[in-house]
Amino acid sequence: MIQFDHVSKTFGPETYALSDLTVEIKDGEFVFLIGPSGSGKSTFLRLILRDIVATSGMVVVDDWDVTKLPQTKIHLLRRKVGMVFQDFKLLIDRTIYENIALGLEIIGKSREETEKGVVDVLALVGLSHKRNSFPLQLSAGELQRVSIARAIVGGPKILLADEPTGNLDPDTSWDIMQILEEINSLGTTVIVATHNASFVNDMKKRTITIKHGELISDEEKGRYHQTERAKHHHHREHEGHKGK
Amino acid sequence: MKPLKTSWTHIRRSPYQALAAVLTMFLTFLVSGAFGLTVATSLLVLHYFESKPQATVFFKDTAQLSEVDTLKTALNATGKIANIKYVSKEDALVIYKEQNKNDPLLLEMVNADILPASLEVSATDPRHLKELEPLMKEAVGVEEVIYQKDVVDTLVAWTNAVRLVGVILVALLSVDAILIIMTIIGMKVALKKDEVEILKLIGASKWYIQFPFLLEGGLYGTIGGFMAWLCIIVLICWFRASILSFLGIIPIVSLLLGNMLSVSFFGSVLGFLFVLSSLGFLLGGIGSLIALKKYITF
Repeated sequence: MIQFDHVSKTFGPETYALSDLTVEIKDGEFVFLIGPSGSGKSTFLRLILRDIVATSGMVVVDDWDVTKLPQTKIHLLRRKVGMVFQDFKLLIDRTIYENIALGLEIIGKSREETEKGVVDVLALVGLSHKRNSFPLQLSAGELQRVSIARAIVGGPKILLADEPTGNLDPDTSWDIMQILEEINSLGTTVIVATHNASFVNDMKKRTITIKHGELISDEEKGRYHQTERAKHHHHREHEGHKGK
Repeated sequence: MKPLKTSWTHIRRSPYQALAAVLTMFLTFLVSGAFGLTVATSLLVLHYFESKPQATVFFKDTAQLSEVDTLKTALNATGKIANIKYVSKEDALVIYKEQNKNDPLLLEMVNADILPASLEVSATDPRHLKELEPLMKEAVGVEEVIYQKDVVDTLVAWTNAVRLVGVILVALLSVDAILIIMTIIGMKVALKKDEVEILKLIGASKWYIQFPFLLEGGLYGTIGGFMAWLCIIVLICWFRASILSFLGIIPIVSLLLGNMLSVSFFGSVLGFLFVLSSLGFLLGGIGSLIALKKYITF
């Protein structure tokens, strides 16, 4: 379970990234986190990962008060929380296998356990045939799948995805979303920060909307409430997707 | 041995930095090892002379045994003598043969006639030797009186000088080695900044991230220490005969270098390797630790 209890985060005086946010996400949920750029979505995810610390309030992840977590335990929290980044954050001098294996090596798994774990997640993300390739030899969509594979290989309870389809074409984006949904169906809590209205509207999952760091809405089967300009952009994107 | 593999990859990918680090370590341990051995040998020589009688009275070849007995009696009569021992020409030859048993050429040229008989004298207090000096020097049949104190004083002065120069040089080189390792590991960390950040984000422990860098610094030191050890051992083997002719009089030196196939020689050589490699690992590790503290924040 993830709990935000009156959480605020400021970067410098009077620059609120999050303001008095209270929200609770139960185990096994699939949640979209939406809002315009700079609304505080990434801050929300980074607080869960303890990449940054809340200025006030309490962030609880799986019974751990993350705001008070000592430095020596942060890596243990991050083993419970997998993260998928928009820019993938893969090591370009290591093969796909080695990149994913990192997620198991850091928790001290044996070579055999690592081999099995990596083979399993490669099959899950459909990249078994690319295990010996290097990141530079893969497309953006494939790289994102590797990033997901690395995030889940250690069996985290929570998976965070920060704009996982930000750099991808609509078809590939849908593939990524399906993978995330499949991971969620296996019991992992999944939180996806996105701008992509079509996912939110079509997948009908719980949707938390943040704007200027404040909670705007929290709907069980949410919709992307767009500005006219955003509507226009979405319309163009959707047409492009249908055309494929 | 994943951390070792990672360290080796780091080393392989920047060979010139690795070479600079290893050569600095090599130089540090070559000088440290050489000075260490010199000081240790000086101390052994010093100990040897300190354990010898405080004064030795050498007799002329023409001196009679009765003259020796007269001096012995006169010295004992002063009540200031702790120990006194007569070494005849034959005894001197036995001692000489023992000291030069590894050099047949030196043994061939010597017989008992050319070696002087002597009295080895130890006083109850070394300060009494000055009072006894006229008695010893003016006795009939005496050719020369040698005081170990003079030898010991000279040796102490030399040993102290060597030790001082050694300590200063080794300290400077050690600081230099630590700074070089610190700079190189710091550069490696900076180059791997993204990798370190990624590892932190996916939940790698501090130890998992830092250990390969720590090991890398340690490896530079260990390799440098090993190279210095090899160099020193080759030099010792090369100059073995000369060392034995100068220092063979010291029992432990003659025991170690007398037979290079002996267990004691191998034990000492391996012990020396262990000391240099361990110190190398320690020095490299310290350099790495400082760099990691400075460049990786958690």
